[in-house]
Amino acid sequence: MEPTQTVARRSRGRWLILFGILLSALTLSGIAASPAMAEAGSAATTEAEEFEYFFVGNVTFDDKPLRGVEISVEGNGYDAETETDAEGKWRLGVPEKGEYKLTLNEDTLPEGVVVKEGQSTVDAEFGLTKLKAVNFFLGEGQRTTTDIGAQVLIRVINGLNFGLLLALAAIGLSLIFGTTGLSNFAHAEMITFGGLMVLTFGVDLALPIWLAIIIAIVLSAALGFTLDATIWKPLRRRGVGLIPLMIVSIGLSLALRYTYQFFYGGATRQLPGATIPSDIHLGPVTLSWIDVASMATSIVVLAAFAFFLLRTRIGKATRAVSDNPSLAAASGIDVDRVIRIVWIAGGALAGLSGILWAYFRPGVSWDMGFQILLLVFAAVTLGGLGTAFGALVGSIIVGLFIELSTLWLPSDMKYVGALIVLILVLLFRPQGILGRRERIG
Amino acid sequence: MIDWIAIFSNAAQELISPTTAAYALAALGLAIHFGYTGLLNFGQAGFMALGAYGFAISTLSFGFPVWASVLVGVGASVIFALILGIPTLRLRADYLAIVTIAAAEILRLVFTTNTFDSLTGSASGLQGYKGGFADLNPIPPGTYGFGPFTYNAYDWWIRIVGWTLVIVFALLTWLIIRSPWGRVIKGIREDEDAVRALGKNVYSYKMQSLILGGVYGTLAGMIFVLPRAVVPANYQTSLTFFIYAILLLGGAATILGPIVGSMIFWVLLSFFSGFMARAVEAGWFPFMTQVQAGQLRFILVGIAIMLIVVFRPQGIFGNKKELAFVK
Repeated sequence: MEPTQTVARRSRGRWLILFGILLSALTLSGIAASPAMAEAGSAATTEAEEFEYFFVGNVTFDDKPLRGVEISVEGNGYDAETETDAEGKWRLGVPEKGEYKLTLNEDTLPEGVVVKEGQSTVDAEFGLTKLKAVNFFLGEGQRTTTDIGAQVLIRVINGLNFGLLLALAAIGLSLIFGTTGLSNFAHAEMITFGGLMVLTFGVDLALPIWLAIIIAIVLSAALGFTLDATIWKPLRRRGVGLIPLMIVSIGLSLALRYTYQFFYGGATRQLPGATIPSDIHLGPVTLSWIDVASMATSIVVLAAFAFFLLRTRIGKATRAVSDNPSLAAASGIDVDRVIRIVWIAGGALAGLSGILWAYFRPGVSWDMGFQILLLVFAAVTLGGLGTAFGALVGSIIVGLFIELSTLWLPSDMKYVGALIVLILVLLFRPQGILGRRERIG
Repeated sequence: MIDWIAIFSNAAQELISPTTAAYALAALGLAIHFGYTGLLNFGQAGFMALGAYGFAISTLSFGFPVWASVLVGVGASVIFALILGIPTLRLRADYLAIVTIAAAEILRLVFTTNTFDSLTGSASGLQGYKGGFADLNPIPPGTYGFGPFTYNAYDWWIRIVGWTLVIVFALLTWLIIRSPWGRVIKGIREDEDAVRALGKNVYSYKMQSLILGGVYGTLAGMIFVLPRAVVPANYQTSLTFFIYAILLLGGAATILGPIVGSMIFWVLLSFFSGFMARAVEAGWFPFMTQVQAGQLRFILVGIAIMLIVVFRPQGIFGNKKELAFVK
């Protein structure tokens, strides 16, 4: 009972002083006094009015008190929290006698200190007294729930997978830009097309999935050819400028996207095998065989495409046109034929990318390509507009960055980081990683 | 039987609706960027989002009066324009396009994320910020108007403020485009190097143009949210594309183009979707559902953009000699 009396006596002394101030204040001005009184009054009563029952404790580690550790209490329809003071002591009042759950927030402990496993939350009940001591047992060590090394490894593998599928789409976009100068916003719809075709043939028509994928890629290539033959080639003949072409591709993108929605609806549907369990264990990383197959497919296709560009006649011609169309035409390369091949290859690659994206998300929907279009553009710009290998490097950087950024960014903001990196790269190296200076004009 | 009167009166209402005014003002800003300066700004949706959120957050979270909330939005968009412009205005036009489209998406994702839920209301957005604006309304409560144009006092107040802003800014645009400043930015559109050779600081002029048009977009964003709530899903890239459709329809390098373009766009869109909805209901198109009929209009907008750019790049009011995209 001793401490309570001191509190009471002290507060009575305060009242006396306050009374003196009040009198002098009243003689000066009557108005200013009222808020001051209300404030002083409430400060004096809090200590006395608080709850009757208290949990108390002392958080120390190696006999040293820990300051600023959060403790919270929950139970009987009441919850509150407090922090330990400089001596490591804490005190939490509760309104009634009963059973409560007390939790020590591990994130507020200093580095290298943990609560003994499973004891960060303790149940406590009052005995005969109104005071109950609660202790948390601390120990040295690292929290093992999220091993940072394993987290990074998982993110790196996911990022590689995502980056490789972005690269498939980005290479097509980059080559189309290089050979025709078109920034093709409708590339998003070429990506979606691959996913939708597998859905049509593999699910709606119930063909075996490998056959459906082959059909989808062939149709995607045909889509690329058709778009070039019916829209882009005539517009090139008319001599339409690059910016109008870009706006036409935006219109085409809108029209195609809503056409997909018209026929397939707004729902997300799964491809066969998209939700199989992850049962391949590589150290801390668990993968499904779809993930492995997806990465393997990307790597094989990208390697084959690199071989095509570097070693075959038509591939060399493609790079020449991408580098300088007029010079290539002057040296006898059939530019129209190269552009046609680029559109066919770009369509097939985008379709394959869409299929892999449908397994990565997972799910097929009418706007799935549009969701990653900006990332594909970011990858192409990062790598250097118009260069095939730049697009590959840029895609892998974007994929890795997006997945690794979820270590410190909330997952609904993971694309933000990648887009900010895009802007920063343009600030310091506008030609991109593998691009050349003269392209940026 | 189809209720033609309802279709026509709904379409007619779009003529003076606040949404039409907001799109007209945003398109006017884009006309300064794209039509007169030749800047490919694909982030007008971002400027509009800054206006909407700048206004709503300053009112709701900080209790600012209306004028201060408007200033916060405008200030935010000036800063946004500087951030966009500094890295990209020295580069080729399509770099600005990619950066602006990316920046607008960054803004939308930041406004959508749960991390800042207490300020932005995340995906469900914000409402309840209209009190200060409604208190300024001098019109006594009641219902006014005739025919399809019958609204209550608040609805008239939004329309009057919205269209006054559109007219004031159209006049302002007309004046500055006739001024020496306007001749310089038109020169930049035609030939940047020639203007530089005359000793003008092209970079600085482009930046001023970007900021000015962005402020138009910001004010448009505020008008846009006065009859509805602030919802982050409204500020997708498609919003920018619709404003481009309006601008190209009316004529990119014109003053009246964006305004009349916006009226035509919304009247036609409302007429078309009203007609399709009722025609499907009446069983004229048995192969189509109501939802599908609603999506048809977006397909048409896309096709319209393509056709206008290819066959009438100067738009309705434009002059073929004054094309935004000569190169």
